[in-house]
Amino acid sequence: MIVPLEHVLLFAAALFFIGLITVVARRNLIMILLGVEVMLNAAGVVFVAAALRWWDIAGQGMVLFIMGVAAAEIAVGLTLVFRVWRRTRSLNPDSLKTLED
Amino acid sequence: MTLYAALFYSLAAATLICTLVAVTRRVLVHAVVWMVGSLLGTALIFLLLGAPLLAGFEVIIYAGAIMVLFLFAIMLMAQEPNEPKEVRAMVRRRLFASMFWPTVWGLAGIVACMALISFDPANTTPLTAGRVSPRALGAWVFGNAWPAVEAVSLLLFAALAGARYLGLPLVHSDRPEKIGESLDMDQPPCAVNPEDER
Repeated sequence: MIVPLEHVLLFAAALFFIGLITVVARRNLIMILLGVEVMLNAAGVVFVAAALRWWDIAGQGMVLFIMGVAAAEIAVGLTLVFRVWRRTRSLNPDSLKTLED
Repeated sequence: MTLYAALFYSLAAATLICTLVAVTRRVLVHAVVWMVGSLLGTALIFLLLGAPLLAGFEVIIYAGAIMVLFLFAIMLMAQEPNEPKEVRAMVRRRLFASMFWPTVWGLAGIVACMALISFDPANTTPLTAGRVSPRALGAWVFGNAWPAVEAVSLLLFAALAGARYLGLPLVHSDRPEKIGESLDMDQPPCAVNPEDER
């Protein structure tokens, strides 16, 4: 027997909230993408723990798909950040307010 | 406490600390390196929870490919500002001010999760140790979830095409205003100003 499911869920929740705070509070586009990665990772931990709890292989299969989605998301996201940087020479999301000026 | 439990708690603590350090770094390369530590910890937790294939993929895809992609992006873009001490102190004060409410909300969220997840020791559901072999997982994925495999492959192709399209040179109206002064990576220097060639 290993740890209770609740403790794994709590660990994943803490990881998820760290990622959420990063996305909300950091003012750097690359750090925001890193926060999204942390959140996807936490979701993966929950899936693996649930697969073990209900003895169902589908949870682990889902993590594979999460990884595929994360790879696609990060490729497009970093390209968008690069495009923003080429235009404004800044990684600050607040620099994207040309419509406001 | 069994060996498994001790391993899990120490790995979870290490992962959380690595993630916390990673998301608070101001130097982006440091953040990515700490993040690799966090992902390796998660991979070991996957291994502990009976997913050896996913642990391998976590190392190969996340810690290997995605973090290296981040490093490439940082090398392309980030310039570390060489700021004086007063400016750094001001930035730290503003950082504290801007982090205060998100941190409060995050802690409140974690406490709410603790309340939702019943914390009565008599009510917890212990996990039994198990292991899914890579062969079984592969057979399940390609046997039962093949439409999802197709969808993900389509998504990856769309991401490839999208990244290629978004990485194309900017059209003229899209350029920063001071072309001569800024480093323009799309055009060789001789082609920046067509007036010079005449």
